Amino acid sequence: MSLRIVVTVKYVPDATGDRSFSDDLTVDREDVDGLLSELDEYAVEQALQISENSDDDVEVTVLTVGPEDAKDALRKALSMGADKAVHVEDDDLHGTDAMGTSLVLAKAVEKAGYDLVISGMASTDGVMGVVPALVAERLGVPQVTLLSEVSVEDGTVRGRRDGDAASERLEASLPAVVSVTDQSGEARYPSFKGIMAAKKKPVVSWDLSDLDLDADEVGLAGAWTVVDSALERPARTAGTVVKDEGEGGRQLAEFLAGQKFV
Amino acid sequence: MAEVLVYVDHVDGAVRKPTLELLTLARRLGDPVAVALGAGAADTAATLAEHGAVRVLTHEAPEYADYLVVPQVDALQAAYERVSPAAVLVSSSADGKEIAARLALRIGSGVITDAIDLEAGEKGPVATQSVFAAAFTTTSRVSRGTPVITVKPNSASVEAAPAAGGVEALEVVFSAQASGTRVTSRTPRESTGRPELTEAAIVVSGGRGVNGAENFAVIEALADSLGAAVGASRAAVDAGWYPHTQQVGQTGKSVSPQLYIAAGISGAIQHRAGMQTSKTIVAVNKDAEAPIFELVDYGIVGDLFDVLPQLTEEIKTRKG
Ligand SMILES: Cc1cc2nc3c(=O)[nH]c(=O)nc-3n(C[C@H](O)[C@H](O)[C@H](O)COP(=O)(O)OP(=O)(O)OC[C@H]3O[C@@H](n4cnc5c(N)ncnc54)[C@H](O)[C@@H]3O)c2cc1C
Ligand SMILES: Cc1cc2nc3c(=O)[nH]c(=O)nc-3n(C[C@H](O)[C@H](O)[C@H](O)COP(=O)(O)OP(=O)(O)OC[C@H]3O[C@@H](n4cnc5c(N)ncnc54)[C@H](O)[C@@H]3O)c2cc1C
Repeated sequence: MSLRIVVTVKYVPDATGDRSFSDDLTVDREDVDGLLSELDEYAVEQALQISENSDDDVEVTVLTVGPEDAKDALRKALSMGADKAVHVEDDDLHGTDAMGTSLVLAKAVEKAGYDLVISGMASTDGVMGVVPALVAERLGVPQVTLLSEVSVEDGTVRGRRDGDAASERLEASLPAVVSVTDQSGEARYPSFKGIMAAKKKPVVSWDLSDLDLDADEVGLAGAWTVVDSALERPARTAGTVVKDEGEGGRQLAEFLAGQKFV
Repeated sequence: MAEVLVYVDHVDGAVRKPTLELLTLARRLGDPVAVALGAGAADTAATLAEHGAVRVLTHEAPEYADYLVVPQVDALQAAYERVSPAAVLVSSSADGKEIAARLALRIGSGVITDAIDLEAGEKGPVATQSVFAAAFTTTSRVSRGTPVITVKPNSASVEAAPAAGGVEALEVVFSAQASGTRVTSRTPRESTGRPELTEAAIVVSGGRGVNGAENFAVIEALADSLGAAVGASRAAVDAGWYPHTQQVGQTGKSVSPQLYIAAGISGAIQHRAGMQTSKTIVAVNKDAEAPIFELVDYGIVGDLFDVLPQLTEEIKTRKG
């Protein structure tokens, strides 16, 4: 038996940098460093653990849709231990929305061949948290999303989804799309050996024609949503900061009373 | 007037507050038609009618509890086909976003998630989003199909607006995918009696500075004196001091209360992402350089174990 896992990983602007928008109201990728979305590290980690815990032959492919630099995200995932990488890159992808992204991912996953797709719970830039569900809808396979615990055995994926009202145990037959949360387990750091090995691992590049997609199905032109304006939020006006000299609690109570909270 | 579908979030017939907020927003766009699914669906009607639902489409079936997300998508699609609405509104819970996105794909429409405001516009509903950890405010639209929009809790005030709200049975044929992901067990969360984190008007959160699960009693005591919900930073959650359901931030809940009190929290960007839109922000932190102080309306540089108990006492005294 063999198990083919495709992990979707996104290359995003560093959240600790000054993120902003370009003139066309897409994410400015020039002025902030990019990296592998930290939440996708958890997806890579779970794929590697499934592989390590399995008696089967498991192949872990990491897949990204993004510009040239997005290769950095693939390299990071390869150095963590993934076997190979697919990079979907095309100038016409600029400005793709969630519908377009899920279309490209679904096509690429099918072309790569898969039994299991593992995604992060959300990207750290768009933070929509919908792409895994959309990919499952497009592929017509079960979605087993937002798992804080996941395992695969005998063609069945099982996991735990911690919701607001309840914690649920879920189960589905493969093929399936899974997404994992940051509660699923700390992601490993690439070792020096891993980093060296990653340099020799294959990275395949596909463009839209490789996926039988037309330019007008993706990118800004093909988006089903439009951004009309993006304004920097005005900085909060500097508040009062006082040092506690023994009366801090009472001073705070006075402030809250002044604001009618007490 | 055009009709607007509103997906109802309820627990055994008790409508959750974010749905009432959606009804307020829906009325800016047209006549709200509510869709309530699962056990107790019909019991939602009176509340929904009070808040503006002109009709309430209901369907009860075990599938909604036994399988994940897809049965709800099938039902919402059936409602969409029956009503031909001008827009579909869903609240931004984890399930809500997935249901909305899959519906949008099926009906060939764009989807916008996590709107914090919604207005009627010449080219359809205009959604305001707060993005990049609330550093930017954007407005966006769905340019293809029927707008499907999810809205964050606390984005609108709840207003009563009595309407007919007659119950109509919705006919739903489940798709082959509906039974794809089975829920094999469900452990309900115990209620703490405190308000829901995302719905609360006041939130008191503790971080690594609280230094221990038992010390969260100090945070809870302050919260209870204010009738507030209790939140936690990821550091506190990862340490096992407080349940993950109460985490505030990028990978936890995003909250937008009238008042947010952060105690022993440094204010990392991922934490700020979940609370920066709070109306009034207060912080107590030992370190005068902590980034959280850049956001505050009022900050105290001090030990939370001195400041919080004194504050709690003073509030109790003032409330009598
Ligand atoms: C601030 C902001 C707001 C946006 N709002 C909207 C909106 O309302 N509607 C809309 O249609 N689009 C929106 N977009 C565009 C949208 O974010 C992108 O199209 C994106 O690629 C898909 O959504 P996400 O990144 O939020 O993904 P999420 O659904 O949050 O991502 C979940 C997982 O999907 C996988 N994934 C996502 N994108 C990729 C990728 N490119 N390559 C590989 N794996 C990937 C990853 O595993 C990721 O962890 C927005 C973008 C930004 C920056
Ligand atoms: C992908 C990703 C997602 C994340 N998502 C989230 C999220 O959703 N929510 C979140 O919170 N974090 C999140 N984080 C983690 C975040 O980066 C920070 O690590 C975290 O917020 C720190 O928590 P803290 O402020 O409690 O701890 P610290 O940063 O350690 O701060 C503790 C503070 O307590 C103060 N303190 C100590 N003792 C006292 C005392 N007795 N009295 C008063 N003050 C005291 C200290 O001065 C310090 O400022 C995420 C990180 C990543 C990478």
